Amino acid sequence: MTALLEVEEVTAGYGTVMIVHEVSIRLEAGELVTIIGPNGAGKSTLLKAIFGLLPIRDGRVQLGGDTVTDESPSRMVRLGASFVPQTENVFPSLTIRENLEMGAYQLSRGVRRRIDEVLDLFPELSERTGEQAARLSGGQRQALAIARSLMLDPKLLLLDEPTAALSPVRRREIFDRLMAIRERGVALLMVEQNAREALAISDRAYVLVDGRNAHEQPGPEMLANPEVGRLFLGLDSVEDGETDPGGV
Amino acid sequence: MLPVDAFTSLAGEAPALLPPLITFGGSVNWTVGFLTTAAIFAIAALALNVQWGYTGTINFGVVAFFGVGAYTSALLTLDAPGEFESYVGGLELAIPIGWVGGMVAGGVLALLVGLPTLRLRDDFLAIATIGIATILRSIANAQEGLVNRARGLNGIPRPLEGFANDMGVDYDLVLLVLTSGVLLMVFLVVRGATASPWGRVLRAIRENEATAQSVGKMTTSYRIQSFVLGGALMGLAGAIFAHRIGTIAPDSFDNLTTFLVWTMVIVGGSGNNRGVMLGALVVGFVWFGLPLIQEELPDFLGTRVFMLRRIAIGLLIIAFVLTRPQGLLGEEPRVSRFAPRGDGGGGLWPTGLWSRIRGQPGGGAA
Amino acid sequence: MDILQLVIVGMVVGSIIGLGAMGLTLTFGVLKFANFAHADLMTLGMYLAFFVIVDVGIVGGHVGPFSFGWGMIPAVLFAWGGVAAFTVGVDRFVFRPLRRRETDFLSIGIASLGVAIALQAVVQAIWGSAPLRYHSEIHRALTFAGGLKIKPDQILIIGLTLAMAVALYLLLHRTRLGTAMRATSDNAPLAEASGIDTERVRIATWVIASAMTAVAGVMFALQSQLRFDAGFEFLLLPMFAAVILGGIGNPWGALVGGLIVGISQELSTEWINTGFKPGVPFLLLILILIVRPRGLFGSETQWST
Ligand SMILES: Nc1ncnc2c1ncn2[C@@H]1O[C@H](COP(=O)(O)OP(=O)(O)OP(=O)(O)O)[C@@H](O)[C@H]1O
Ligand SMILES: [Mg+2]
Repeated sequence: MTALLEVEEVTAGYGTVMIVHEVSIRLEAGELVTIIGPNGAGKSTLLKAIFGLLPIRDGRVQLGGDTVTDESPSRMVRLGASFVPQTENVFPSLTIRENLEMGAYQLSRGVRRRIDEVLDLFPELSERTGEQAARLSGGQRQALAIARSLMLDPKLLLLDEPTAALSPVRRREIFDRLMAIRERGVALLMVEQNAREALAISDRAYVLVDGRNAHEQPGPEMLANPEVGRLFLGLDSVEDGETDPGGV
Repeated sequence: MLPVDAFTSLAGEAPALLPPLITFGGSVNWTVGFLTTAAIFAIAALALNVQWGYTGTINFGVVAFFGVGAYTSALLTLDAPGEFESYVGGLELAIPIGWVGGMVAGGVLALLVGLPTLRLRDDFLAIATIGIATILRSIANAQEGLVNRARGLNGIPRPLEGFANDMGVDYDLVLLVLTSGVLLMVFLVVRGATASPWGRVLRAIRENEATAQSVGKMTTSYRIQSFVLGGALMGLAGAIFAHRIGTIAPDSFDNLTTFLVWTMVIVGGSGNNRGVMLGALVVGFVWFGLPLIQEELPDFLGTRVFMLRRIAIGLLIIAFVLTRPQGLLGEEPRVSRFAPRGDGGGGLWPTGLWSRIRGQPGGGAA
Repeated sequence: MDILQLVIVGMVVGSIIGLGAMGLTLTFGVLKFANFAHADLMTLGMYLAFFVIVDVGIVGGHVGPFSFGWGMIPAVLFAWGGVAAFTVGVDRFVFRPLRRRETDFLSIGIASLGVAIALQAVVQAIWGSAPLRYHSEIHRALTFAGGLKIKPDQILIIGLTLAMAVALYLLLHRTRLGTAMRATSDNAPLAEASGIDTERVRIATWVIASAMTAVAGVMFALQSQLRFDAGFEFLLLPMFAAVILGGIGNPWGALVGGLIVGISQELSTEWINTGFKPGVPFLLLILILIVRPRGLFGSETQWST
């Protein structure tokens, strides 16, 4: 069977500077796949290129069997993909409700019902729908960003570091939400720095180093892989130690 | 509809070049007159290049600095006001002192405008400079006892006039040599400054303010310095203009001069000192040469030749920004184009267009 | 003169500046560059209306106490259409290619200066340099208790400005398109990633801003005269001062800013030489830039009311 998302040897970057080189990634329907890698490895660049926000120099992207290389984001959305960027991922001056409406911009009717459905998953937002997103805390903002991306009931969700800069408790909440989303059959491709927790819930994981594929393995196995731990999670575990002395 | 007394305006609607040459000792030599004008414009273009080309600060009030320099130098060197005149100054100082005074005045104006605005977004300065020329012009027109209001200043002494008479050489040529000499000096100063470590900081500021700030340079201070240097040189250009023409009035200094200097810099190549001098020559030729062929043009164009050349420079600006932003000559070697970004690129905002908006007061992305 | 009378005149002038500034702040907020051609777009609007009323000759008698006839309605609509078509065209062939190339937004502003220079010269080439009027008859002012005078046109100017401000508010806050405009202004790439066609939102922004631009231009001509050089001389700086006073991208702020600029400009003549009037918006601008550069109503997010 064909994969939901098939990224084949993609090369992409900014202007003339290529950041990502011949990267391949595969994702089956309903799978949760994590990409880890050091800072500046090109993880965000890869997601943006897949979603059509950056031109792809070389290679191919397929979504549900259709070739979508270099398609516009708005067509990606129409084809059932959706994207939560790493930073600046809500509209700060819009209310929560308006943020969600913008997530459903391509939907002509039933927006109100859809908002209620999505808010079921995010009760902390549902009481504050008239408030500006700028007033939300970091965790709530992230929740809103994810909620916005679910508005069109996507088959595939691309997430760029959804738990960055969150406290361990908030992180846990977000991961729980992501697992619930996955239960509903949505496939997730996620970039994560908090590799331990991410790998623990992932079906598979890729390691990206210097813009190239370095490793691919089922998530829990990768967690146990001493080489990966030493090479790619070393920095991460130090960070964990700093922000969360008790460990997770 | 066109002012009758020609050359009240440098770039303006008056057929600028021909008549004054006739008054300058009879030799109607268009080329000599044109080159002198182009040299004065080239000084102003080099000045704007320091501000925009090297530092990325917009100044839409070039003619204000120009005019302040012209008036200051005139007031320092003129005789005391006569019976029907009223202006401050009239100190009868030597012309070189007047020129230095014009530079100081241009620099001080730059300081006054730059101090409150240069620490803010780039476009705020551009906006603030829109009005300076209009305001100074209306003050000059309205305030009695300041600069003789709309009657203007007359009899501004001409440099080296006696020398030319004694030697029996054509005065226009003397003036051209003198102006070119000043232009050469200005070019050397600007080239030296922009090639120095100081100039490299300016370019770093222009390319990526965040990086320049993060390496601990005081960007606002550098931007003010460059703005003041540019303002002073514009003042010098204005001073030379005043002494060349002999008569100035508030309406001599309209916004067209500003637009013309901008076109020269953009056509020649922002950030390239030779380029903007070439731009002064090329754009100046289009601007001052077009009226010469007025007779040859079909009637409906010929009667509108002064509008035609403004349409031409408007389109030149657009065409160059669109298709050849580096200008005719392109920029001299510069700092790296892809300086690393502060936030690691996690946001969606691309570099370039948006990078300067972010995180600044009133900017789009809150 | 009576202070109250000056305030009334200031409100009229301020409404014109404010309405123009609302259009300017809209494009500034959504397209992110300072459009230095904005004032000349107002000039284009006032002359397009002149084309309909005088050149074509659709006068339409006299409407009530106003200085103009029914012909003003098709004239204003034509002016709106013309300004909208012009801005959408310029966006398509000048601003959009620059946007695509991620050109520094200052360079886009400079391109707009080129548009301003050329547009002004075209208007002058077509309609000449002499100031014009839509109608030549004397327009009588109404006199109120205390000797206050106001012309019917001026009442209309204030009223129409308020009406358009309310309409713009409803559009921005009660329609999907308006919300998409605010979203694009907030974060254009995210709007795109959400599936909003941001290019269409930008075109809509030009068209909507053009309505305010054209009407403000016609109002300027009613209050004063048609002048081809109105842009750089009278309008651009006061409008930018109003935009920054109100906070970039905030239409209500721009209106309030316009009123502040207009009223202080007129009031200043009570104490200082009228020749210094153009300096008033400049001083207000510098003052706000020193004290509160995000504007009176600019919070950390724009568009808040
Ligand atoms: N807009 C941009 N323009 C030019 N270069 C960029 C841009 N954004 C990111 N880069 C560069 O691309 C490289 C990879 O960045 P990217 O954001 O993809 O890394 P990442 O793996 O997501 O890192 P992080 O873990 O910090 O989020 C970095 O060297 C960065 O400087
Ligand atoms: Mg990243």
